[in-house]
Amino acid sequence: MMHENVVKVGMADLNIASNGAILKTTGLGSCVGLTLFDERTKVAGMVHVMLPSSDIAREASINIAKYADTSIPHLINLMKQAGAEPRRFVAKMAGGAQMFAFNSNHDSMRIGPRNVESCKEMLKKYAIPLLAEDTGANYGRTIEFDSVSGMLTIRSVQQGVKEI
Amino acid sequence: MNPLHKLEAFKLDVLKEVGNIGAGNAATALSRLLDKPVDMNVPTVSLIPFEQVADRVGGFEQVVIAVFLRVEGDAPGNMFFLIEEDSARKLLRGLLSMETTSEDGYSEMEFSALAEIGNILAGSYLSSLADFTQLYLSPTVPAISVDMAGAILSYGLVQYGEMGDSALLIDTTFLEGKEELAGHFFLIPDPESFGKIFSALGVPNE
Repeated sequence: MMHENVVKVGMADLNIASNGAILKTTGLGSCVGLTLFDERTKVAGMVHVMLPSSDIAREASINIAKYADTSIPHLINLMKQAGAEPRRFVAKMAGGAQMFAFNSNHDSMRIGPRNVESCKEMLKKYAIPLLAEDTGANYGRTIEFDSVSGMLTIRSVQQGVKEI
Repeated sequence: MNPLHKLEAFKLDVLKEVGNIGAGNAATALSRLLDKPVDMNVPTVSLIPFEQVADRVGGFEQVVIAVFLRVEGDAPGNMFFLIEEDSARKLLRGLLSMETTSEDGYSEMEFSALAEIGNILAGSYLSSLADFTQLYLSPTVPAISVDMAGAILSYGLVQYGEMGDSALLIDTTFLEGKEELAGHFFLIPDPESFGKIFSALGVPNE
C-alpha cells in the first residue's frame, strides 16, 4: 500500500498529483474546487477557483490560478506535461455555494453560481465531460481527490461526508 | 502590485483608530446586553494573504458562527462578527438564560438571538464609525451561518480577488472579563472605500 501523500491546494491555487497522492483543498465557500483526471495514467489535477473570469482582473500580474477561464487551461497543460492525455480527461467539481442569502443585487453576492457557470463553460470549451458535481446550496466544503480511484470526497459541517 | 501595499504606517494607524472606535462602541453595547464588563484588544490592521485570513480564527476548517453584513453607502465593505461555538453558547446563556438545546446544532430561536446580537454590535460599530467620519454607512439585514471559517471569510474577499491575493482587514477581539469570549470583528472595506475613509478623516491622499 502506498502511503497517502496529500498535496495541498490553497485558495486561488492549483496543483497536480499522481502515484496515489491525494489532492486536497479546504474551506470552499463560493469558490469552486474542480478536478481533472486521466484514469489511464492516473494523473490528477485540482484548481481552487475564486472568480469566474479574468476580464474583471485589475491586478498588474494576474494569478492565473484564481480565475476559471485561466486556471483550467493552465491545469490541462500541466497535466499534459506530466504525461496525461487531455482526450481522456474527466472532470468533477464541488463548491460554488451561496454562503449567505441576501436580497442584494450586488453582483459579488452571486459569485458562487457564477463560478460554477464559468467552470462549466470552460469544460465545454475543452470538451471535457463533467462526471459529477456537488455545487450550490449554502454551506462550505472541504474536498479530497484520490488520484488512484478518481473519487472525490466532500466533507461539510452540515452534511457530513459524501463521495462522488 | 496591490495599491494597498503602499499604505504607510500612519494610514494604518488611522484605520486602527477606526477599528478602535467602532469596536469600542460595539463592546459597550455588548457589555450592556450582558450586564458584564467586556474588554477588547487593540485592533490589528493588516494586509493579509487570502491563505492566512482564516488563521485568525483557528484555520480554514475551524467551525465558527458568523454574522455577516454588507455595508452599503459611502464606503462599502463587508463586516463579519465571528464567534466560536463555546463562546456563542456562553453568550446565549448569559444573555437569554437559554440553556442550549443540544451539543450540535442550534434552534431557530438561538440562531435568531445570535443574529440579533451580531446586528446590535455591527450597528453600534457602524454608527460610531459614521459619526466619526461623517460618512453615510448602512448595514444590510444580517445573515448568519455556522460553517468553516474559510468558506465564510472567502465570501468577503471577492472584491479583493480582482486586484490581488490579499485583503486589508481590521480585526478586533473581544474578551469578557478573564473569560475569553473569543469573538472577532472583521471589517473588510472594499478596496475603493479606503480613499473615502481617509479623505473623510482629513488624511491627505497622494
